[in-house]
Amino acid sequence: MVNTAVNLSGMQMDNPVIPASGTFGYGYEFTEWYDINVLGSFSFKGTTRDPRFGNPTPRIAECPAGMINAVGLQNPGVDKVIAEELPKLKKFFHKPVIANISGFSVEEYVDCARKLDKEEQVGLIEVNVSCPNVHGGGMSFGTSPEAAAEVTKAVKAVCHKPVYIKLSPNVTDIVSIAKACEEAGADGLSLINTLLGMRIDLNRKKPVIANKMGGFSGSAIFPVAVRMVYQVYDAVKIPIIGMGGVSTAEDVIEMMLAGATAVQVGAANLIDPCACKQIIDDLPAVMAKYHITNLTDIIGGAHA
Amino acid sequence: MKQAFFQVIENTALTESVYRMKLCGDTEGIRTGQFVNIKLDGLFLRRPISVCDVEGDTLTLIYKVVGKGTQQMSQMTGGTLDVLTGLGNGYDLTTSGDHPLLIGGGVGVPPLYLAAKLLRAEGKQVSVILGFNTKDEIFYEQEFAALGCDVTVTTVDGSYGVKGFVTNAMKPGYTHIYTCGPEPMLKAVYNASETSGQFSFEERMGCGFGACMGCSCKTKYGNKRICKDGPVLVKEEIVW
Repeated sequence: MVNTAVNLSGMQMDNPVIPASGTFGYGYEFTEWYDINVLGSFSFKGTTRDPRFGNPTPRIAECPAGMINAVGLQNPGVDKVIAEELPKLKKFFHKPVIANISGFSVEEYVDCARKLDKEEQVGLIEVNVSCPNVHGGGMSFGTSPEAAAEVTKAVKAVCHKPVYIKLSPNVTDIVSIAKACEEAGADGLSLINTLLGMRIDLNRKKPVIANKMGGFSGSAIFPVAVRMVYQVYDAVKIPIIGMGGVSTAEDVIEMMLAGATAVQVGAANLIDPCACKQIIDDLPAVMAKYHITNLTDIIGGAHA
Repeated sequence: MKQAFFQVIENTALTESVYRMKLCGDTEGIRTGQFVNIKLDGLFLRRPISVCDVEGDTLTLIYKVVGKGTQQMSQMTGGTLDVLTGLGNGYDLTTSGDHPLLIGGGVGVPPLYLAAKLLRAEGKQVSVILGFNTKDEIFYEQEFAALGCDVTVTTVDGSYGVKGFVTNAMKPGYTHIYTCGPEPMLKAVYNASETSGQFSFEERMGCGFGACMGCSCKTKYGNKRICKDGPVLVKEEIVW
């Protein structure tokens, strides 16, 4: 027998597999494919204070071993998520969920976090700091240690639940940002968000995506994600949720060896709606193959 | 929605770039106006293709070669495909009235075939307008006629049938419109139509089953996902 259970800042999970924000909606769409209670947890669609339509279409472009999306945080707004999506989810999912929030100002993050922190179904808050700061010249909060720390402090001040900061890989030194978040009181870190990418249509000779650029995800970015999780694990003491191109049970183990306590699966859900269930089903046999009895034993195992 | 493996049993060129693929597998639950999403070797995203016909365990798809995915499909002579089926809302045939008008443009023609077949089975008087650029691109004129539909073909260059666009062939007397085609055509049909209607849209998709919000559009009834809440929108909700 193998033990797949892990614990994220007090949130006990049957397994480390978590569908990543933006690839799993508010869970409902996947209930037609499988019983989503097999999941460790899931991170719901990036939610903002106000409703957002997002970017114009086309929003999707294909890449070798991956895809680019520029959805632009389409969501119904935090009040509607609490009034409609969470009650609907309650019927299908009986575990704590990860509330992924975004904002374009510190105040927006705080408003959103304060409301979701009160929700019984929310196990932890995951703060996406990859959005542009409208009061900071449009630069993403996640690209400066100071701005990331400011958001972390502000959100921590209004939350009782664990706060994880989801880091952007589009930076010179992710380690300095990770450390700044830890010092500002973050309970954990999620990494990595998508890599900024672009495709150009040869027929039209123009960018494929209306927004021109978007977030590159999928198995192609897995090595980048493993490297960043490995580097950040060395520099911080708080737990890490590793993500970026994970699509198999072997990837989950590799990510945990790099230093992740739990693992998110993103783009894979969009190609194979049952991807997470498959990974969870495969995990015990893959653990046995590599002589792993307790999954928690291997966290950071690749470090000297 | 289902994930199933289908056997490729036929793959025929209908024109220079349009192919018909027949697949054998679990077709249960597939409705008219829906689409399937096909996984192909070496390509990350699945390829959404509209359902042309379902007969027993045979699923018929008609697709145009426009890129790597459809190119790969066109070269298949057998083998197995991983397919998500039952995607999208599809056409609602209960609002057709006695004389529905079906209008298809180019590769917008195939999804109307199953609708025509089912409407004819209900004894409706079905008129069909099929629009193409030129004579060489025409397909399925005979197939619609064989169902007992009143078929008019239009070509932009006048090389066959009525010269001009599908709207040049629209005549009053129909009770409801079912249409699929390029967006400029849909908009022209919308403006020319005098009844209620159902318009099938196309958009670049991520997942095809409502998860990623890649194909959202605005409607009078709020934001909708072309893949899940569409691809068929009713006339009164469309925002151009």
